[in-house]
Amino acid sequence: MPGDPRIKSSEITPEAVFNSRRVFMRSSLLAGSALATAGVYRAFGPRPKVENHGTVLATVAEEGLSLPVIGADEGPTPFEDVSGYNNYYEFSTSKGAVARRARDFVTRPWSVEVGGLAGKPRVFDLEELLKFPQVERVYRFRCVEGWSMIIPWVGFPLRDLLQKVEPLAAATHVAFQTYYDLKQMPDAGDAGIELPYVEGLRLDEALHPLTLLATGLYGKTLPNQNGAPIRLVVPWKYGFKSIKSVVKITLTDRQPPTTWNIAAPDEYGFYSNVNPDVDHPRWSQAREQRIGEITKRPTLPFNGYAEQVAGLYKGMDLRVKF
Amino acid sequence: MNDAKFQRQVISLNALIPALLMAWDWNRGRLGANPVEFVTRATGVLCLVFLALTLMVTPLRKLAGWNWLLKHRRILGLFAFWYGLAHLLTYVVFDRGLKLATIPGDVGQRPFIAVGMISFLLMVPLAVTSTNAMIKRLGGQRWARLHRLTYLIAVGGVAHYWMIVKSDLRWPVFFAGIFAVLLGYRVVAKLAKPGPGPG
Repeated sequence: MPGDPRIKSSEITPEAVFNSRRVFMRSSLLAGSALATAGVYRAFGPRPKVENHGTVLATVAEEGLSLPVIGADEGPTPFEDVSGYNNYYEFSTSKGAVARRARDFVTRPWSVEVGGLAGKPRVFDLEELLKFPQVERVYRFRCVEGWSMIIPWVGFPLRDLLQKVEPLAAATHVAFQTYYDLKQMPDAGDAGIELPYVEGLRLDEALHPLTLLATGLYGKTLPNQNGAPIRLVVPWKYGFKSIKSVVKITLTDRQPPTTWNIAAPDEYGFYSNVNPDVDHPRWSQAREQRIGEITKRPTLPFNGYAEQVAGLYKGMDLRVKF
Repeated sequence: MNDAKFQRQVISLNALIPALLMAWDWNRGRLGANPVEFVTRATGVLCLVFLALTLMVTPLRKLAGWNWLLKHRRILGLFAFWYGLAHLLTYVVFDRGLKLATIPGDVGQRPFIAVGMISFLLMVPLAVTSTNAMIKRLGGQRWARLHRLTYLIAVGGVAHYWMIVKSDLRWPVFFAGIFAVLLGYRVVAKLAKPGPGPG
């Protein structure tokens, strides 16, 4: 608008001011957009901050159980990783988000119904379960996804509980079920798997001394995201077999349905023993990413527990019964 | 005025922010419990994000009249390529442990890796021909036809993502939806305009 009579010359912005304003506007836009982008990126980032708020569990020393030696270079995996990186699809399918989403999960009062083909079926309160002599077991934990940890669990052998209900001779398998409540687990509908989560073992697997009902880790009661207040731990099988937050244990005379096997039968077998020679159809199981390490380690047959458990599968073709 | 240059600075800075934050987090050990998995996933998703942004340029020009975006399509496409390359390198370095000889077997055995690998390889000629000199050498029409490979790359990229997810398909579905809209727009635009025209 050259020569517009309505604009006084005193109103024209001096060139230097105009330029410095432009520099200011532009640097603001650069910085502002960068901050916004950083914010979006951070919103997707995995940064759980977890602390061990559990109560201390008393343990007794164990004798006569030979476990593979886990080298000092192997762990244990730090608490913040064990409890900040979890597969618990009822709360979230994002491993870094589970701890936050499970924070308000109510696990008291809690009871576990143990029944089916049992002489003395009954319901056990959590307090009662915590009175079983608790031991510490440092186990390898291998997820079917290809990562692994070393976890110091606290708990007691499942067989101690099963013996209390006196399995009948007809019982051949044990079925397990996880707590399920959409009010407490509002994101469970997005899990993409059928819930409540169910798992199963053969009776001899369930009675094996390594099979643990865990009530804690790192000396304290279980964090919610790790399957509080009580979960199964079967160290020679892929992690999804170690069902969390157990409410029901049923002795049965047939192989029970299991959640991931229902979801994808060609990918997740009933046995799901850790086996470097049988690949998952979509990825290799020959090696594993140990949490806290950058390079991969070779995966061991039966997750390093072959000496203890290989006998359970004598004569079985583990490629067919994977 | 040098608006295009400034716009390019804004785009480049913002496109680099995720890479810079990832490098910073890696350096201070704050990439979570499984840094390799995180970097693999993040670079893969960022590749899809930049593919989507690249494909948004044409609809935004036609529908909103934002013709200034055309000047920046190349850099958006190149960032898709660089994040795709970073994604491939995490696989080669960490998953394969730099044992290059094991790659063909692994690709052959796992269809989702094959699909991802093909999609990446299709990006290579597009990155190579992204310079002005190459556009001139190929001629605008041939260049444009070649760069329509982007559609195939987008489909392959989403399929690759879809195939690796265990059960929760929400994110692959999200990206599939975006690409469906962006590619669907082109089909509709072509049908609406009789005769051969630019895709």
